Amino acid sequence: MNAIVDDNAPSMLQRFRQSHFWHSFCIDRVAQISFLVFVAYLIAALLAPFIAPYDPYDPATIDIMNSELPPSWQEEGDSAFWLGTDAQGRDLWSTILFGTRVSLIIGICAVMLQAMLGICIGLVAGYVGGKVDSLLMRMADVQLSFSTMMVAIVVLAVFQATFGTQLYQELAMLMLILVIGIAEWPQYARTVRASVLAEKEKEYVDAARVMGLPALRIMFRHILPNTLSPILVISTVQIANAIISEAALSFLGLGMPVSQPSLGSLISSGFEFIFSGSWWITVIPGLVLVGLVLVMNLLGDWLRDVLNPKLYKG
Amino acid sequence: MSLLEVKDLEVRFGLRKGDVKALRDIDFTLKRGERVGIVGESGAGKSVLGFSILNLLSKPGYIAKGEVLFEGQNLADLSPKELGAIRGNRISMIFQDPMMTLNPVLTIGEQMVECLMAHRKITKGAAREIALQKLKQVYIPSPEQRLDQYPHELSGGMRQRIVIAIGLLLDPDLIIADEPTTALDVTIQAEIMELMLELCERNNVALILITHDLGVVSQVTQRTFVMYAGRIIEQGPTREIINDAQHPYTQGLINALPQMGIRGERLRQIRGAMPTLQAVPQGCAFSPRCDYVTENCRHVLPGFTRSGGCQVACHMVEEMKREEQRSAEGSEE
Amino acid sequence: MLAFLIRRLAQAVVVMFVISIISFSIQDNLGDPLRELVGQSVSEEERQALRDEMGLNDPFLVQYARFAGKALQGDLGTSYFFKEPALDVILGKLPATLDLVFGATLIIIGFSIPLGVYAAIRPTSLFSKLVMGLSTVGISIPVFLTAIGLIYLFSIELGWMPSYGRGEAGMLFGFWDTAFLTADGLAHLVLPCFTLASIMLPLFIRLIRSEMMEVLQSEYVKFAWAKGLNPKRIYFLHALKNTMLPVITVGGVQIGTMVAYTILTETVFQWPGMGFLFLEAVNRVDTPLIVAYLIVVGAIFVITNTVVDLIYGLVNPTVKLFGGK
Repeated sequence: MNAIVDDNAPSMLQRFRQSHFWHSFCIDRVAQISFLVFVAYLIAALLAPFIAPYDPYDPATIDIMNSELPPSWQEEGDSAFWLGTDAQGRDLWSTILFGTRVSLIIGICAVMLQAMLGICIGLVAGYVGGKVDSLLMRMADVQLSFSTMMVAIVVLAVFQATFGTQLYQELAMLMLILVIGIAEWPQYARTVRASVLAEKEKEYVDAARVMGLPALRIMFRHILPNTLSPILVISTVQIANAIISEAALSFLGLGMPVSQPSLGSLISSGFEFIFSGSWWITVIPGLVLVGLVLVMNLLGDWLRDVLNPKLYKG
Repeated sequence: MSLLEVKDLEVRFGLRKGDVKALRDIDFTLKRGERVGIVGESGAGKSVLGFSILNLLSKPGYIAKGEVLFEGQNLADLSPKELGAIRGNRISMIFQDPMMTLNPVLTIGEQMVECLMAHRKITKGAAREIALQKLKQVYIPSPEQRLDQYPHELSGGMRQRIVIAIGLLLDPDLIIADEPTTALDVTIQAEIMELMLELCERNNVALILITHDLGVVSQVTQRTFVMYAGRIIEQGPTREIINDAQHPYTQGLINALPQMGIRGERLRQIRGAMPTLQAVPQGCAFSPRCDYVTENCRHVLPGFTRSGGCQVACHMVEEMKREEQRSAEGSEE
Repeated sequence: MLAFLIRRLAQAVVVMFVISIISFSIQDNLGDPLRELVGQSVSEEERQALRDEMGLNDPFLVQYARFAGKALQGDLGTSYFFKEPALDVILGKLPATLDLVFGATLIIIGFSIPLGVYAAIRPTSLFSKLVMGLSTVGISIPVFLTAIGLIYLFSIELGWMPSYGRGEAGMLFGFWDTAFLTADGLAHLVLPCFTLASIMLPLFIRLIRSEMMEVLQSEYVKFAWAKGLNPKRIYFLHALKNTMLPVITVGGVQIGTMVAYTILTETVFQWPGMGFLFLEAVNRVDTPLIVAYLIVVGAIFVITNTVVDLIYGLVNPTVKLFGGK
């Protein structure tokens, strides 16, 4: 962090490769596999329009006659659709690729929103302290006790009822990001506040204050960088949670519409067909979703073990 | 037979990158009723030594070699149950921070009675009676009330008295006290030390006092062990060590103490810092900080040399003595 | 005790006030009560006259005061769909939802404490690793997938359990219907309760394990070992009692989540509870029902949080419930 600049100073890369972080990654098979799988998901989501053999958003390519075809390895399967088709005749593989993309976009954007709100509120609460602090933390308590799901369901339900289904479907992605993003800010605020309180005691903050640096600069340039590890740890888990929340909301019909499905709405759309034997519409996107959330949680666990000295010592 | 005999004890910490030796070549005996002090900087392995006697090392520490004989019985050979029968009963421990030692959700009475009932077949009422008596012994005001209070309702000094009372509950033969006064206010420190001395003398209890405070050691103990980087480097009668330390490290420790009567003199610090356990130097562990260091010191681990009543692990003891004599003669001339 | 009650009461009032404001704005903005009452055929003048008569043109605050006054008397309006007082409709479904919450809580407590404690005491054993691995997987499975999986396995493939509905309910004290009293009801309860529990079970196992491991490292547990106590007493009294303090706090927060997830569980299993009713009300834009649901749920939060605080105070001696400082 406070490297002295001279010609022999190790480069960023060298320092990274000598770090505890890199070392524990090298010996942890689970972390490596999780990371690889996560990267695979990211690539699939980014390149979905290029990888997918069909465009699930384009009604012209969809033929209702192809509906509910099982995966190609099954007897009635069609080799044109290797994972089969859904109830509307869309290629399941393409739909899953696009669904993963939607789920990841919502998850990541919602968490970015959470992080922005939470970090600012947490920094202020921790740095200013006193009444501001207790008011903000009380708000966080109340917000948490209502739970994200509850808030999200109510808000989305009310919006859906107010706007009507048509308009709501067009705004669904934005609404999901906003609701999940706003409802979960206390997670970040509490973590950041705790770190700020710990950092505030340290001498470099006093030094910065004595030097007359403005509070904002002290908060963002001096305190924030030192709270990055807990933020990184909760971010992984929060993205996983956001994706699960989105899936649950979509399952309830409050999330992404069937015409532009996320993994959750895809699973939901297949639910009514599971009893008639068309298991793949539910099961395959379900496995994809579980896989994505699982690797994120595993990465989060690993990060917590590595970055949290409190746990590491034990 | 001596009460406690530690033979060639070695304690290691199993870390991912391989084992680290926290204690090496620890050898000493303790007679019934004898009070010894173990001094050294933090990280020298004093506390590890205290915990390893009762096999209370927390993971990843373990006893790699050697024996801890209590009345001739090797504690390392005992089953957990047999060991439990000795802990708190024959040998009790007093911990460093009384704020952390007592369980916050149980009353003082519960924490005293459970200890008695674990070792003796007595009723709750009888156990309470003994607890009360011990609280009186450590001069706790209105002990009846205290039994039903929770730790957070009492001050630090009061809590440490209670911890001492718990240590005395079953009239043990040996008390291991790990920095019992470090966490307390200076004024209370002296009171607690006096109390411990009084109780040990009255009940003929042996004491192992672990501390970094040479003043406390000289006040309470008869013999002293000085530890550095996991080894005992000097041992002998406390008075001799305080007045005429042989090992350069012990001398450094004593010189670093403020002395009465000599005003205006700068306290002398030992330069450098104690090595971490991963990086203990070859040869004498103190050699990088020592003023008398020779090439030999850097490569050969010194054995014990007898010097007066003391045993010193230093190559240069004779050398230093001769030099001292020479300078003494020189000043006479 | 008095101070605690007053503080709690004040908090409850604030929370209920916020909920009532939200509820009222929903009622105010959502759906036109006139349309529900008189249909489309009435002319604009007649509508305005009716609006005046019903006080719908009054200022916001006046309308809110009227709403709050009625709400305090238990009058939350009449459900458009059921044509009955909304509060009665919701309260009629309350026992079914509480059945689920109660069953799931039992499952969570019954499994998380022994498993979490075991995993903390023997962190390296194969069983602990299995439990921790499964709980990570468990966290990653969305609740509706768990539900679908359970239905598929136990109802469709094995045919052991009914896949939906509540079955036959028994009466407790003559007015409270609960599925716990009949064999049929119990059979219907199993899958939904396990589904609901599955959300929080892994979380609590992990929480109890990590808290317990931290407590086991503490000085007072070490001191307890040094006192030569029985290991059982150390684990289950000294360590567990301290472990439970943060767990109780988290548990209080999680009750809100649990109620939210009853909506999902009830939807999948078509369980005739409040959550299922709420989603139906949303689809039918049955505003009074939505409002009634919000207020009942708010009341549940307030009550459970108070109870959790009370329990916490009883376990933790540093919190003084009785008598001031």
